[in-house]
Amino acid sequence: MTATLEAAAPLRADGPAADAYRRRNARLRAASPDEAAAELAQISTAVRRDILTTIQAAGMGHVGGDLSVTDLLVTALWGALRVEPADPGAPLRDRFVLSKGHCAAALYSTLASCGFFPRERLTGFMAPLSPLNGHPARLKVPGVETNTGPLGHGFPVATGCALGARIRGEDWRTLVVLGDGEMQEGSNWEAAMTAAHYGLSNLTAVVDRNRLQQGARTEDTKTLEPLNEKWASFGWEVRVIDGHDHRAIKQAYAPSTTGRPVAVIANTVKGKGVSFMEDRVEWHHKVPTDEQVALALRELGR
Amino acid sequence: MTAVAEQAPTYDCRADFADELAALARADERIVAVCNDSVGSSNLMAFREEFPDRLVNVGIAEQDMVGVAAGLANAGFIPFVSAAAPFLTGRALEQIKADIAYTHRHVVLCGQSPGMAYGELGPTHHSIEDLSWLRAVPGLGIVVPADPAETRAAVRWAAASGTPTYLRIPRFKVPAVTPSDTAFTIGRATCLTDGTDVTVIAVGTMVSRAMEAAKLLADEGISARVLNMASVEPLDTEAVVAAAQETGGIVTAEEGLLSGGLGAAVARVVAEQCPVPFRMLGVPAFAPTGSTAFLLEHFGLTAQGIAAAARRTLGRA
Repeated sequence: MTATLEAAAPLRADGPAADAYRRRNARLRAASPDEAAAELAQISTAVRRDILTTIQAAGMGHVGGDLSVTDLLVTALWGALRVEPADPGAPLRDRFVLSKGHCAAALYSTLASCGFFPRERLTGFMAPLSPLNGHPARLKVPGVETNTGPLGHGFPVATGCALGARIRGEDWRTLVVLGDGEMQEGSNWEAAMTAAHYGLSNLTAVVDRNRLQQGARTEDTKTLEPLNEKWASFGWEVRVIDGHDHRAIKQAYAPSTTGRPVAVIANTVKGKGVSFMEDRVEWHHKVPTDEQVALALRELGR
Repeated sequence: MTAVAEQAPTYDCRADFADELAALARADERIVAVCNDSVGSSNLMAFREEFPDRLVNVGIAEQDMVGVAAGLANAGFIPFVSAAAPFLTGRALEQIKADIAYTHRHVVLCGQSPGMAYGELGPTHHSIEDLSWLRAVPGLGIVVPADPAETRAAVRWAAASGTPTYLRIPRFKVPAVTPSDTAFTIGRATCLTDGTDVTVIAVGTMVSRAMEAAKLLADEGISARVLNMASVEPLDTEAVVAAAQETGGIVTAEEGLLSGGLGAAVARVVAEQCPVPFRMLGVPAFAPTGSTAFLLEHFGLTAQGIAAAARRTLGRA
């Protein structure tokens, strides 16, 4: 009962963590590429550990996709975008949208690492009345820009954000992370056309290309390839990277220099970092046992 | 000669919608229009001329249109999404739910040419389901103005409301039924004709017909009250309960599907709080081919049809 009531309390910024974020983020921006990559990797490992314990506590989650997208989220919020965890609604903040909203545990763990809300609250993930719903809701979780979960929603909304900045003449950016399976949704290609038509160079779309969707491999379900060429033919600048190489991710997140929106195809591994989960379709939303979590945490080390 | 002189002028409310939107945009630079290749059908040519940067046309892509509007709201704008009602509401229903209502974005969704306005084009283009679909979305205001003045008042209200709203803009020409300085208040019905024997609750194109029906009934000695329920969600439940208690019978009339629309909303209140004889007029099924006027006649959505329903409610059929 007490746990439920605690889980139900509204989420507010964790002051000390938000201050720590501001200082560490400033250092990360000034650091050499190798130093920054090493530090981002360290944060990613901590976030992956939180993802596992968060899902363990909830007994539910999408662990495979959470672990494939972690490095993309951590680099966005720690290494690339200008966000203010203590003031999540600051008008000139960069906008971050997780279109693959089923990977809420990864988003929540990353937001908590930045101090958007206290890290201890992660244990309330999906608990009765918790603001940490299985899919992110903007009125409940600081740092969430729009509600996602049903696929094909975040990208059009992010396009509208970028267009809004353009109309206002403001220089903040929008970055949206999509699942590769999610690219089977038609609404995303509508957004891809809109962003290219308006020349939204302030918009970056990142595809978490882990090649697995809920039921099977993407290419066995509905062919996405040649994915890079598709984006390019829609008028996007395409950057293809190893989605677990923090240095490459940070470079890929650099603003467009071509006047076109940027698509980052991030090749990733579902279940990344936990040997027995990597590239296995059943870990899309299978919940690890306590023994498996212990083993995974050992693999992720400190 | 007298017959011609008595014929009241009628109006396509899209013109008033567009004119009021432009007036608001002049005063508030947060107002933007978003559409799906519907600049012409939404009467937004002048808006585009005056505010070229604030007219976003995403092309024929309704899901993207509503998502983009949510993003523009995130950036601090007040988007008015204007598109043909059947495609705005049907094609983008999940976006309306997840990106606008559940996210609580101040976006005004403007359904143009609703009901059977696209008469001969057939049921794919009829928007008879929009009220039913959108009543099923929590947290979304639903507003159906009856004439030009109320359309303008509703546009002004929606721009200032701070809440997600669906605005259903009539295209089938209607006479003026509300005063030119009419105000719109969400959650409040307006009594256009008072009466004691029966109440007709109507929206949009049906309001003027309900008033005509009240005149027909008055000639027979039946005193009918006419309520304009422009706020379908939230519904003015007090007005419904008062109507049931004071007049003893209720008829609803809407240019829309019987399942889930205005009538269904009123029926819930009547059934739970004030059971009285009750009849719903609306569209029961996909319509056959015909003009809007023909189809309204076909489904009994006329002054005569409303009067007949009132008589049946009173047991005087």
